[in-house]
Amino acid sequence: MLRSIAARIAQALGLILAVMCLNFLLIHLTPGDPATVIVGESGAGDPELLEEIRAQYGLDRPFVVQLGTYIGRVATGDLGESYFFNQSVTSLISARLWPTVLLVGTALSFAVAAGTMVGVATARRPESPLSHGATVLALVGFSMPVFWTGIMLVILFASTWKLLPVQGWHDVSYGEGMLANVLDVGEHLVLPALTLGLIYLAQYSRLSRASMLEVLESDYVRTARAKGLGERRVVYKHALRNAVIPVVTVIGLQFGALLSGALLVETVFNWPGLGRLAFDSILRRDTSVLLGVLMVSSVMVIVANLLTDLLYTIIDPRIRLRERSNV
Amino acid sequence: MSDSAGLGDVAAADMGVTPGLGAGGGAGAARPGRETFRLFVRNKAAVVGVLMLAGVVFMTVAGPRLYDQDPKDIVARPLIGPGELTEARLGTDYLGRDVLAGVINGGGTSLTVAAMAAAMVLVIGIGIGAVAGYYGGWADSALMRFTEFFQVLPALLFAMVVVALFEPSMWTIAFAIGVVAWPGIARITRAEFLRLRNLEFVRAARAVGATDWRIIRKVVFPNALPPLIVSATLIMGTAILFEAGLAFLGLGDPNTTSWGLMIGLNRGNFLTAWWSVTFPGLAIFFTVLSFSLIGDGLQDAYNPKLRGR
Repeated sequence: MLRSIAARIAQALGLILAVMCLNFLLIHLTPGDPATVIVGESGAGDPELLEEIRAQYGLDRPFVVQLGTYIGRVATGDLGESYFFNQSVTSLISARLWPTVLLVGTALSFAVAAGTMVGVATARRPESPLSHGATVLALVGFSMPVFWTGIMLVILFASTWKLLPVQGWHDVSYGEGMLANVLDVGEHLVLPALTLGLIYLAQYSRLSRASMLEVLESDYVRTARAKGLGERRVVYKHALRNAVIPVVTVIGLQFGALLSGALLVETVFNWPGLGRLAFDSILRRDTSVLLGVLMVSSVMVIVANLLTDLLYTIIDPRIRLRERSNV
Repeated sequence: MSDSAGLGDVAAADMGVTPGLGAGGGAGAARPGRETFRLFVRNKAAVVGVLMLAGVVFMTVAGPRLYDQDPKDIVARPLIGPGELTEARLGTDYLGRDVLAGVINGGGTSLTVAAMAAAMVLVIGIGIGAVAGYYGGWADSALMRFTEFFQVLPALLFAMVVVALFEPSMWTIAFAIGVVAWPGIARITRAEFLRLRNLEFVRAARAVGATDWRIIRKVVFPNALPPLIVSATLIMGTAILFEAGLAFLGLGDPNTTSWGLMIGLNRGNFLTAWWSVTFPGLAIFFTVLSFSLIGDGLQDAYNPKLRGR
């Protein structure tokens, strides 16, 4: 068990290293002087600065040494400077990390909870109108561009019905104190999280429906029914646990896509997260920030994958036992 | 490299066909392709998907000829609603350009880029998946590590970086999408090749002396096709969404009109001019939906037992 967790963590570290190498390659494959790429357009006009960057990153040294220098810097949390803001990339990113985590976390929790519920409900009555409706909804949800869904929801909820704020994550004047703060952010969070969650709600409901249908046909469920357990207990206690395993797998696999969706949603709603930062950095040609966001988001995906793998062992003890017997 | 001649050819060709596509079952299984087609056509949703796609393709190909209006021209005052003007039936955008002309002309870019990206995804994905699945062993582990790496990259962000660092042309965009979207196909191909590589007919082809390359191409690949055809259809949908997302962020080819770009440009005015973002969005939605419906229909037709799941 411990050994397999250690191996899994080692694999995650390997992936992080690979992302660093990719970032390094991107800097060097881009047409033009790597020093210019690192400081972005806003810093490229300053010859002293370029010299300094060349010295810092060892750009006159052999390629391998440059790679080593770069990895060394990134590994110690130094993602470079933003010459637009005159601030370190790490501090810029850490200020924007929390809103993105909040958005992605809320959307994901909503999608998993609601999706599984819809999936279970429809699997119990596969021919009901609700079930067909859910299938249609899954198709529709997958086919809508997420940024457009966001805009449509704003037109509906914020403009036509005036129920929710249009964009941003704070009103200009929000009340004093912790509670008012939380409520204000919460109110602003509803539409972005709903937008992002809807796609995944659709997918998870479809997935959990399929796996629930399969599990409900299995022998152990028949046994549970035969020994006289109530239907609710059979479904929610016995069947559900196995039926969510594919959902957990897909959450891990799709986390990158979820983050990509979050970037678009943040742009639509002016949500001050990493996506918005990446978008603005492209406009400002602030390359070091852009590459920093790529680095940090990739690490987030790697960590999310690691966590889902560990989650397996909690949901499905067989995975844990199998590995223990191997040791 | 025409290998050991006659026997190998016949054996491989024969063997490739006999196991069928797992589609027919029952009595009429002699022609699995026809059975699949029959099942597909009977599926109403799938037929609707085909009709929708035909409509989109017709609009994109014939539309610009039938409706001769340059989407970049300013035809009237800005932000006029749909139905108010005869020269711009779907209204005008924030510069006074015809929204209908934009919708008609925007599909060309989206579909072309998506097709280019999907082709790239298939070539990389099938190539890597086939080698990994067929040879197994260290080649498999190495290639799967490689695939895993591309799976953890947040696809859109990586594509944004690529397009931002290099010139935004249709080729760069297709390349950026292709580079990030292939791992799924590689995994499916690998799984199919792993499943098939030790089946009797593949062993028979090997026994009569067919080369690996020939077995991969003529024996295993045709039998691995059904799930790949389904995924290729869905990849088209994903690629269109991707292209739209990049264009929305302003990272599209600046010299073309595309649905995503229209939405991005009108983003500042959508509260006053819903039509300028709604119609291009509907166009994207229907195009992606048509591919999803077709993909689902194909899936059901190839695996009748899984229908409705």
